[in-house]
Amino acid sequence: MYHKTVGYKMFSVLNYFILAAAGLLCVLPIVHILAISFSASAPANAHLVGLWPVDFNLESYTKTMNNPNFLRAFWIAIGRTLLGTFITMSVITLAGYALSKDTSFFKSRTKYAWYFVFTMLFNGGIIPSYILIRELHMMNTIWALVLPGAVSVFNMILLMNFFRATPKELEEAAFIDGAGHFSILFKVYMPLAMPAIATISLFTIVGNWNAWFDGLLYMTDYRKYPLATFLQTIIVQQDFSKLNPDVNELKNISQRTVKAAQIFIGIIPVLVIYPYLQKYFVKGIVLGAVKE
Amino acid sequence: METTVKETSVKQGHGRQDSAWSKGWKGFLRRTWPLHLMLLPAVLIQLVFAYVPLGGLIIAFQDYKPQLRFGSPWVGLDHFKFMFEYPDSKQVIINTALIAGLKMIFNIVVPFSFALLLNEVRINPFKRTVQTLVYLPYFISWVFLGGILNDMLSSDGIVNTLLHNWFGIESILFLGDGDWFRFTVILSDVWQQFGFGTIVYLAALAGINPALYEAAEVDGANRWKQTINITIPSLVPIVIVVGTLALGNILNAGFDQIFNLYTPLVYDKGDIIDTFVYRTGILNGQYSFSTAVGIFKSLVGFCLIVVGYRLAYKLADYKIF
Repeated sequence: MYHKTVGYKMFSVLNYFILAAAGLLCVLPIVHILAISFSASAPANAHLVGLWPVDFNLESYTKTMNNPNFLRAFWIAIGRTLLGTFITMSVITLAGYALSKDTSFFKSRTKYAWYFVFTMLFNGGIIPSYILIRELHMMNTIWALVLPGAVSVFNMILLMNFFRATPKELEEAAFIDGAGHFSILFKVYMPLAMPAIATISLFTIVGNWNAWFDGLLYMTDYRKYPLATFLQTIIVQQDFSKLNPDVNELKNISQRTVKAAQIFIGIIPVLVIYPYLQKYFVKGIVLGAVKE
Repeated sequence: METTVKETSVKQGHGRQDSAWSKGWKGFLRRTWPLHLMLLPAVLIQLVFAYVPLGGLIIAFQDYKPQLRFGSPWVGLDHFKFMFEYPDSKQVIINTALIAGLKMIFNIVVPFSFALLLNEVRINPFKRTVQTLVYLPYFISWVFLGGILNDMLSSDGIVNTLLHNWFGIESILFLGDGDWFRFTVILSDVWQQFGFGTIVYLAALAGINPALYEAAEVDGANRWKQTINITIPSLVPIVIVVGTLALGNILNAGFDQIFNLYTPLVYDKGDIIDTFVYRTGILNGQYSFSTAVGIFKSLVGFCLIVVGYRLAYKLADYKIF
């Protein structure tokens, strides 16, 4: 009934307006940066670009794509994302399956669980980790980017809960057919847990793509930087000293439209994955947060 | 079942028909070496990259020199004492608690209010569109957001241009003035997170029993009264859980964000523990001192996590395990 009152109708109109404004506020900065990247340099530098490109052209993108440093960083980012996601998913799927077994048969389960939960609560922080990577001679290698954060305990617990919800009868049936733990995991559990595995993979991909600090910490050679770290140095810190660019190149990479293009290219993978991610993550969070 | 039992025993070549299956099944369950094997990679990775660095924390009590490694001279609690006497580190602790505390408050209030407003929307496609838009910034790295904000908030950027054209306000140094920097950091953090933060409240809102509203309707309560008396009380437990669990972050003021927005101009008001540890430790090579600062931060954080979980359990009957 309250829907029909004048007061509520007025509130409704205002409410739709507020929500629409908030929604737009979240994407307009990205639209703005996109508009700058497609504009000509002169109007962009004069701050004449709002949400629509002025003198549309692709110059900034050709310049970016012709920058060997940018391309190298881009491919390193792709490589670390693929390798990192593969390692993380393999390791946490195996461990998640083992931890999903009942304590009455798998007695060490509780000990393992605490072993992992402990690492969620305590960590050495950046200095000891940095010293460790240096002592292991892993500086400037891709392993320094993919191994330290490979075991996401939170995601491992999510997968464990998912495996636990799988009916035990399926496992028994597979055992009767002569399957061991490994084939039960690969042939019974994993196909059933595909939605969960896909969601966690997407999160891991986004996490790896967005990671920049490990590159800054563990890579002393800028030629080993993944894209996020490279852009952090060039666009945010505006530190060109490591690149030793000539005057012409410096003019190119510090140009406002080119910066915008680089930022936008950096965001593209997340924008592409986002629709798929959004379909699942609400469910996933509720799954992890609320337990019976 | 009967036939499968026979088939299995035949296949396995067992004579004893009755107990063979159950014996084999139990034996299978007790044969746990494949499970240990499956856990091995995760155990090893955590051992090397999570447990070994914990041992490295002892350098906080030493005067660590890279060439002496862990044979460096012991200095006891000197670094910790220095931390509380050194004006820079005291200021950093104050900045951290202030920025993190304000973020914590706004990151509860704003998503909560936004979820309430979103809950009033009857047109589902509109609701879904708004949700899609507001969740997005959460997934974009602060490197890119920092790049975008640096551009937009510069003295001749679009924000200052609009403020000047619409309101005649003189250019504001959002990232170059200490107080404005704190304001910008908190506002942009809320901007990035509030959408994602609404999810948990929307889930709770969906769980409220509709009969409560029907009864209130019969009693003639308007929507405002229903919100005050039904909706908000139903959300109190989840707000308590979110709030108490966030306590552990009181010294996490957001390294990624601050590091990508700050400049030496705003170190006095914008420098936080994590950025300070990085600069003094990695860039200036004061490994031991910055490790001590890091330990202080972890200890405070851990105590508050424990307090937070206790409170969440007491007030809202919430258990994580």
